Amino acid sequence: MTILNIILLLVVAVTIPGLINRTRARLAGRNGIRFMQHLYDLRLLLRKGAVYSTTTSALFRIAPSIYLAAAIVASLFIPVGNLSPLISFDGDLIAFAYTLALGRVALVLAAMDTGSSFEGMGASREALYGALVEPALMLIFATLALLSGCTSFADIFAAGATFDLRYAIVLLLAAYVLVKIVFTESGRVPVDDPRTHLELTMIHEVMCLDYCGVDLAMIKMAGWLKTASLAMLAANAVAAMIQLCWWLAVLLAVLITGLAIGIVESTQARNKLMRNTTFILAIATMAALVFFTGYLLQLKLVF
Amino acid sequence: MMKYYITDNTAASVLLEEIPEVSYADFYADLSEKLADPRYHLAHYFALPQGDRMVFYCLLLDDNSSQVMITSYALNYYDDTELPSLTALHPQVHPFERDITERYGVRFGNMPWPKPLRFPFDRYDRNSSMDNFPFYKMEGKSLHEVNVGPIHAGIIEPGAFRFICSGEQVLHLEIALGYQHRGVEQAFVSTNNRLRQICLAEAIAGDSAIAHATAFAEAIEKLSGQDRPVQLDCERGVALELERMAMQIADTGALSMDVGYQLGQVACEALRTMTINTTQAWCGNRFGKGLIRPHGTNHPLTTQKSEMIRRNVAEIARRYDEVRQDIKSSPSLLARFEECGIVARDQMAAIGGVGQAARASGVCRDIRTSHPWGVYAQDISHKPITKTQGDVMARLMVRSREILQSAGYIDRLLSIYDQKYASELSPCDKPDYTAPLSASSLAFGLVEGWRGEICHVLVTDAEGKIAASRIKDPSLHNWMALALAVRGEGISDFPICNKSFNLSYCGNDL
Repeated sequence: MTILNIILLLVVAVTIPGLINRTRARLAGRNGIRFMQHLYDLRLLLRKGAVYSTTTSALFRIAPSIYLAAAIVASLFIPVGNLSPLISFDGDLIAFAYTLALGRVALVLAAMDTGSSFEGMGASREALYGALVEPALMLIFATLALLSGCTSFADIFAAGATFDLRYAIVLLLAAYVLVKIVFTESGRVPVDDPRTHLELTMIHEVMCLDYCGVDLAMIKMAGWLKTASLAMLAANAVAAMIQLCWWLAVLLAVLITGLAIGIVESTQARNKLMRNTTFILAIATMAALVFFTGYLLQLKLVF
Repeated sequence: MMKYYITDNTAASVLLEEIPEVSYADFYADLSEKLADPRYHLAHYFALPQGDRMVFYCLLLDDNSSQVMITSYALNYYDDTELPSLTALHPQVHPFERDITERYGVRFGNMPWPKPLRFPFDRYDRNSSMDNFPFYKMEGKSLHEVNVGPIHAGIIEPGAFRFICSGEQVLHLEIALGYQHRGVEQAFVSTNNRLRQICLAEAIAGDSAIAHATAFAEAIEKLSGQDRPVQLDCERGVALELERMAMQIADTGALSMDVGYQLGQVACEALRTMTINTTQAWCGNRFGKGLIRPHGTNHPLTTQKSEMIRRNVAEIARRYDEVRQDIKSSPSLLARFEECGIVARDQMAAIGGVGQAARASGVCRDIRTSHPWGVYAQDISHKPITKTQGDVMARLMVRSREILQSAGYIDRLLSIYDQKYASELSPCDKPDYTAPLSASSLAFGLVEGWRGEICHVLVTDAEGKIAASRIKDPSLHNWMALALAVRGEGISDFPICNKSFNLSYCGNDL
């Protein structure tokens, strides 16, 4: 079962980018690139060598490995529906959040290491938005823990089978906030634009400007895994309302995230950079509201 | 009262001896007074060595009375007295004085911005060159510099942008251009082949091929003094407005792309292709190269072609209007474009801004109205579109309304064309590349391209050969507006400010 869990998570990780591309292309009236084009690109990158700037140190070279390792470890905490993840212990939701943060730190430091003014700006933006999105993530985890009485993902969603129907609204809102966090964490419109060619406006992409070949491939894979982990959490929360089974969770994870990102990126402009702060703080505020709603319901004041 | 030779944009060329020559003191006094009034601005101001004398010509435009006022002053070629700088009073003179200084070593005293414009080095001070360009500096612990360039990553044209930022906020931007030394003006002089010259004019700035070729052809036709067929005006008007439509649509798409608005981008890309393909179906080149020729044309309009253009243009205008409505009603786009990159009216007037950028700031400069030529003097009375906000949105809205206006003009011109000329068997003559030019004369072509006013000045020698060519692309004025627009903005908004002007590198680096 654990093996299936890992495989399904990988499937979600490689399907979401394909679905985003396909959604965008269809909305633009185009046929679009191959569904799995990003995997061909990845193969291309993995075959390439790497060129390193002479101003960089060892930090710059090991950062992609740390980033990928952090994403892999974090994704091992995530259950797919009713399957059980490889790693699971009490409090693993805290471990999940900070494993991801570790990867971010590595990449931010590596960007600063290059000494490029572009990458410095990107690093400062990434650090700011990373810090702002953290409360939102923690509050949603706290809500889930509160409702289920457990502090590990596996237990939370295993207990989810017994989730009361009156928590449905809380779970739905939690999933909504998680999808918003996915937008922020994976650098999508309206927070960041992964397709832009304008270094001055980039956040995540600009930090990877000096990477090529295998290093860039690792950063891309880590990004997909990160997106998949968070998307899976949102999908689990929704699935817990209906029926927590793995195929429903996988379907929801791919569809919710892929379509949401695809549609938003086609129809909306990205935020003014200054307004991202407000945008992310609004997510955190929503997370706080979700938490208090959950708390009030937990007190059973109403029913 | 200082003397000017008064002419307008439709009159014939001017004999050099008829241009009044005044002392620099008078010139300085009169221009410092006139340029303070926004109705006047400089079309061109350049130096020309003539024997042992250095003659300075100045073309001043009066927007209220459609007059072009020409005057001159002269110095001894080796005279190195410092002249008081007009830039110190009126910043709009800066590109002209910098050009004169670096070309001929004429010094202007207390010049506030004594930097090379497009030369590899300063003629007077050879240590000052593009390699060690004296960028403006600011000191402060919380400030940092960001250098972009000197090669633009997208269009592969050279230009260095040096930002001084406090965090994300831009305090100052300096733009250094002049990396490519193409010698365009000299190339006009080094050949007598008129066909080569007009091809050269088309290549000055690839996105304004029709506008630059029209300006050059106008100047040549003024010099030759021959009447051109009337239909030709109509065809040139249609070509110019087609180019305007294509470029303004392309910029709408580029602005959409820069804010990540995919629908606007793909719609505009498709429409722009349709527009330039219409030009291609007319003359065989998508940018209209080969379409504008002196005294005639190789691609006269036929009934079929005219109908094809009218049909396409109507379709483009209809579909573009939908995009325009989408942009205007989309909150996420308005949040990006409004109150971003503001250039105030008085700033724009002071730096001598031209074209749609100036009109978006409330400075109503449009050669089609103020100094009409060709069809704009007869069939079309152009009403410029102006906005007062001076932000990215205003520039975009001026663009988008100009597209619809141009579509209307094309339709009108072609219906006039069909009524008047289509019945004739041979609607337009072949171009004439050999017409003799009037000797020792000065002629100018003044045209409103999509970016703004384009001015070509040609001076002939005693044998009627072109002795000098002086070209001004609107970008020469407007680059400064971009630098002003980003002050106080977030550095991540620089790209949309830049796109909202869409200035030319090669138009500056002649």
